[in-house]
Amino acid sequence: MSSEWPLWEIFIRGQHGLNHRHVGSLHAPDAEMAIRNARDVYTRRNEGVSIWVVRSNDITASSPSEKGPLFEPSNSKVYRHPTFFDIPEEIGHM
Amino acid sequence: MYAQIVKSEGAKSRDEMSPEEIAFQERIDRGEKIEPKEWMPEGYRKTLVRQIGQHAHSEIVGQLPEGNWITRAPTLERKAILLAKVQDEAGHGLYLYSAAETLGVSRDELLERLHSGNMKYSSIFNYPTLNWADMGAVGWLVDGAAIMNQVPLQRTSYGPYSRAMIRICKEESFHQRQGYDIMMKMCAGTPEQKAMAQDALNRFWYPSLMMFGPSDKDSVHSAQSMAWKIKINTNDELRQKFVDQTVPQAQYLGLTIPDENLAWNEEKGGWDFSEPDWSEFFEVIAGNGPCNAERLGARVKAWDDGAWFREGLMAHAEKAEAARRAAVVAAE
Ligand SMILES: [Fe+2]
Ligand SMILES: [Fe+2]
Repeated sequence: MSSEWPLWEIFIRGQHGLNHRHVGSLHAPDAEMAIRNARDVYTRRNEGVSIWVVRSNDITASSPSEKGPLFEPSNSKVYRHPTFFDIPEEIGHM
Repeated sequence: MYAQIVKSEGAKSRDEMSPEEIAFQERIDRGEKIEPKEWMPEGYRKTLVRQIGQHAHSEIVGQLPEGNWITRAPTLERKAILLAKVQDEAGHGLYLYSAAETLGVSRDELLERLHSGNMKYSSIFNYPTLNWADMGAVGWLVDGAAIMNQVPLQRTSYGPYSRAMIRICKEESFHQRQGYDIMMKMCAGTPEQKAMAQDALNRFWYPSLMMFGPSDKDSVHSAQSMAWKIKINTNDELRQKFVDQTVPQAQYLGLTIPDENLAWNEEKGGWDFSEPDWSEFFEVIAGNGPCNAERLGARVKAWDDGAWFREGLMAHAEKAEAARRAAVVAAE
């Protein structure tokens, strides 16, 4: 009989002050074991100060085929970047 | 190497490609990473499952020859170091299984294919580790050869595979150094200890050269894998680099590479060396090496003996989850 443990996505805060970052995934029967396993699999060399685990099934992802239309609205808005504006040199740093 | 013989589909010429395949190849040529849910040719997916799977199996089976010496390490410090090294290899296997699973194959399926002999692991782990000097030779040569192969694979086109390789490479140099450190210690010891180090080199030299796989410079499978950037160098290129790196390290130890034909070739700026016995390699791959039955047997036994534990923890998790839900309902 095969009862494969569910897959969990692992997020680790590398240092105080940084966001949790996705580092990979692993199988575990429940959240508590997922955290214990994540400690052994992903932080053997002090890589973390905090761990989040999320069931992979609970993640909703944007679809790669809709990448174009999804991100298109920001493409045309170049004025969102500070370099869009020319500020005279005498003004100095802004 | 860790994936020594990966069958892939033959390379396609441009006019045989569909528009999707052309767009895919162009993304790879631009150096873009391919991510799990994106469109990919079936051959790309299948070849990667074979290659990453073989690599993962090698990491896991590779724990066995070294695990053999954890309880017999000469000092507590050596024991702790070897334990940490072998634990890293378990981690490497797990990173790689996860990468393979993003391609739509399940963990259990990969393990089933290993256990049934359907998928392979590196031939090197079918050689026995007879004494403590072998721990030195394995770290120095086997991990050294693995690094040679894994460093370029950090640039592979498949995102999850590339990220797994980056993690692995960060951890590997400790492995090679701890092995070389054992060799240095033994070579600076009694004549008997130095003789043990030489004997370990003698036994592991050719099997290490085999890790890169037979020459594939004319192989169509390799050509396709290289076009897809899931293989970066030919087997011969990597083997040559490995020999060039290792010869001076052996000289420093005062050990002799067991090859009468070893000679510096000024013209190519590298060492000439003898090919390993490829018939032995194919025998080992076919299952007839000195330790094949023992290694696979140990994996199958661990899997079977662990079944009650995996099922028990799952049953406990389901029960706890049901109780939690019932409590939430009761509170409403
Ligand atoms: Fe490894
Ligand atoms: Fe290693």
